[in-house]
Amino acid sequence: MKAHATHIDVAAIVPALPRGVRLRFDETRQQWFLLGPERVFEPDEIALEILQRVDGARSVAAIAQELAAAFEADRNEIAGDVMAFLRGLADQRMVDL
Amino acid sequence: MSDVETLPQATPVRPTLPPPMGLLAELTHRCSLRCPYCSNPLELDRRSEELSTVEWKRLIDEAAALGVLHIYFSGGEPMLRRDIAELVAHAHHAGLYTNMITSGVGFQPAVLDAVAEAGLDHIQLSVQAIDAKTCDRVAGYEGAAERKHAVAAAIARLGLRLTVNAVIHRENVHEIPAFVELAEAWGAARIEIAHVQYYGWGLVNRARLMPTRQQVETAMVQVDEARSRTAGRLVIDSVLPDYYARYPKACMGGWGARLMNVTPSGRALPCHAAETIAGLSFDNIREASLSEIWYRGAAFNAFRGTDWMKEPCRSCARKEQDFGGCRCQAMALAGDAAATDPACSLSPLHKGMVALAEAEAASGRSDFIYRGYQGV
Repeated sequence: MKAHATHIDVAAIVPALPRGVRLRFDETRQQWFLLGPERVFEPDEIALEILQRVDGARSVAAIAQELAAAFEADRNEIAGDVMAFLRGLADQRMVDL
Repeated sequence: MSDVETLPQATPVRPTLPPPMGLLAELTHRCSLRCPYCSNPLELDRRSEELSTVEWKRLIDEAAALGVLHIYFSGGEPMLRRDIAELVAHAHHAGLYTNMITSGVGFQPAVLDAVAEAGLDHIQLSVQAIDAKTCDRVAGYEGAAERKHAVAAAIARLGLRLTVNAVIHRENVHEIPAFVELAEAWGAARIEIAHVQYYGWGLVNRARLMPTRQQVETAMVQVDEARSRTAGRLVIDSVLPDYYARYPKACMGGWGARLMNVTPSGRALPCHAAETIAGLSFDNIREASLSEIWYRGAAFNAFRGTDWMKEPCRSCARKEQDFGGCRCQAMALAGDAAATDPACSLSPLHKGMVALAEAEAASGRSDFIYRGYQGV
């Protein structure tokens, strides 16, 4: 039960990029970057799909639902992956959860 | 986007060489503070030599076109430039991630409001020591500590992303836990705990600044403890002192690999201390484009890759990891910029370097030679 409740809580989280963190496309390298203080992340294809949906409005559940539809994958599994990815960035203060 | 013309792009000498990630824009060497480890050269550029607003804007456009992602407005004190907000806005509109490295001293509060309004992404505020008296003494400026607290409050009010820059040496090495607490109290997302690097002014003052081995070891444990305690809230980046290290640091992530540094009068350097290396000549952005300098400049190509290395670096398994350490330190301590950095235990000079550090750490000297325009 407890795990289930945690799952609901997590899905309701609305992630946002804080001030001082920016996702941008670099024309020179033809590549996306997530930029923060002394940090340069090069998101892979899936990471980019997630980050482009981190807008301070969509919840983790909403992001997972969109990706599940786009990639024909299991929504709950994707929600877990999305959350793990965002937690890693939040530890670096690159995403607010 | 630009109101100034941009010089043509050069083609790389090495086709595989990626563009630079960052540009350190030293807007001015002027600063109210006189820190005895200042990273500016012993011979400071004068105000009359400084690049104009138009020249900096052209450089910013060239940097953006070249593929620079981060720009660091630094100095001296960058907010002493009257055009600082204009330059930040220009870099912001060119798509660059904008950083400001400030002392917090010598400018009006309205300047900070203006740079925040101009789109500044990140501000780094230096703190010389937690103890206010020590802070003022190290900075060579009475009232520095008080002023920094006021600026930190203004930064929080503006909602700017803040990094606290703590430069560590013998007089404040015991304050590391307090530095971390201060960063948390100020709402910083990040703190840099960076031991003094001994070039230029730092080298002149080495005997007054060098911590003991015991102090360094304690500091490393304290940094680890602070990291666990503040995980997820505060990012702690630490720069270790290399005099007591076994292997040298991967200085600048490799020579001419990631960063460019432009001095107030327009000289483009692979690192801020590169001018201490005899025999290198540096292009000026008044005479060559940034891309020409990055890809074809003699100084930027001098120590790229591994072909320039001598033994024991040449046959070392770590040569692609640490690039033989720091070229400026090799120059300063071995008298040869292509030698192994004496910070490496494989250098024949390493033992002597450690003995020197230990002797100087025990010297108890505190008669700082402050940075200034008179030189030393």
